[in-house]
This record gives sequence, C-alpha cells and structure tokens, in this order.
Amino acid sequence: MNHLSEALPAIWFYTFAGVVLVSALCVVGLKNIVHCAMFLASTFLGVAAIYFLLNAEFIAVVQVLIYVGAITVLILFAIMLSQKFLGGEIKQHNTQSLPAAALTAVLAGVLIPVLLDTWGKVEAPAEAMHGTAETVGAMLVQPYVVPFEVASLVLLAAMLGAVVIARKD
Amino acid sequence: MTITLGHYLVLAALLFSIGLYGVLTRRNAITVLMCVEMMLNAANINMVAFSRYLPAYLPGKTEMLGHVFVVFTITIAAAEAAVGLAIVLAIYRLRHTVKLDGMNEMKW
Repeated sequence: MNHLSEALPAIWFYTFAGVVLVSALCVVGLKNIVHCAMFLASTFLGVAAIYFLLNAEFIAVVQVLIYVGAITVLILFAIMLSQKFLGGEIKQHNTQSLPAAALTAVLAGVLIPVLLDTWGKVEAPAEAMHGTAETVGAMLVQPYVVPFEVASLVLLAAMLGAVVIARKD
Repeated sequence: MTITLGHYLVLAALLFSIGLYGVLTRRNAITVLMCVEMMLNAANINMVAFSRYLPAYLPGKTEMLGHVFVVFTITIAAAEAAVGLAIVLAIYRLRHTVKLDGMNEMKW
C-alpha cells in the first residue's frame, strides 16, 4: 500500500503526459480534419490535467474554459464553414515531411538533454501555495493592472478585427 | 520516482516539437493554426512548472508570477486564433480553398 501511494504521483504524471503526447501526434498525423480537432480538444484536456498536477487549479480551469470551450469550438466552426464536402481531403501532408521531421528531431534532441541536465534534479518545494485564484487575482489588480487592462483592449481589437475580416460584403 | 522539474520541461519540449512538425508539414491552414495553439500550450506548461518548482519569494509582487503570465498568454492566444481563423475564412471565400500550397501571392 505504501509503494502504491508513493508511486501515485508518477503514475498520474505519466498517464496525462501520455494522453497529451498521443493526442498531439494524432493532431499532426490524421487525415480527417474533424478528427484532428477532436484530438486537439483531448490535448488541451490533458494539459489541464497537467496543470492540476502542478497545483495550478485556476490555470487549469481557465484552460478548460477557454481552450477546450472556446477555441476548439471556434476551430470547428471554421472547419465547417470552409469544407466543400464532408469526409476530409486526400493529401494532408505536403512534401516537406522528411526535412521537417529531421528539424524537429534535432530541436528535441538538443533541448531535452540540456533541460534534463540543468533541471533534472530540481524537486518540488514541500508545500504548494494554496488559494491560487485569490493570489492570481490579487496580482492582476495590484501590481499588474496595466497589462490586465491592455489585455482587455487587445481582446476588443481582436474581436472587432475578426468581425470585420470575416464579414460578407 | 519523484517527478522533477525536468519531467515537465521535457513534456513541454516534446509537445512543442510535435506542434512545430505540424506547422511545417500540414497543408490545411486550419490545421496549422491548431498546431500553433499546441506550441503555445507547451510554453504555458513551462511557465507553470517553473512557477511551482522554483517560486520567487518576494511576497506581494512575484508569488505565482508564472500563473499571471499564463493568463495573459492564454488571452493573446485566443485573440490570435480568432483573427487567424477570420483571415482563413476570408481567403476561403475568395479562393474556395484552404490549402496552403496555392497561397503564395499577395495580390490576386
């Protein structure tokens, strides 16, 4: 019993990391674009579970609300409005598959040993901060109120821009 | 085994690499935007992991600074997805295709 409770955080991490990576591979690999959007939603849900493991409850809920709830639906709308027939198209990958695979393998191969070397031994502080939402909220209105207001202006500009660009004349 | 900071950073690096591969190889513009969102998620995982494992102890100013930054990144990612998809739809209405192969001219 003690072995299981000690290994449980590792089991959770590897499970959700597996969900994230397998869903990501399905997003870049599948032919039917609606399937890709579904696996993108599953990737976002896996990332939200990773945030819960990192004691970031507020960010996890924000991730589910915004990424899974809004951005995935937006992508599905765009897919439905831009396909002439259901069922997806035949060739989804261009001719750059091999150089792109080589480039990303080089990137991952350089990044991962460096990351493991520098931070592979850093362990978590014993107690996590509680009250994530309160603390983030306090920081957003006290020291960081200017970026907060600017972010709302950016959202307004993006909303107006999207409406103007996508409007039928 | 305990999960160290390196585990989360490697997960983020792998997710970023998979997103980068998708951006470079997929032909449909909407799939490219989906992969860009995946890359942004990888960066967010990095920031939240650093905030948990290496917290900065200046209370009142920098507790959970990583979380605040992630809130802003998610906001900007949502705005960018909206504008990007609006552009894709406008191009689709003009050219009746969303394949990236033919979109290499600025003026019709």
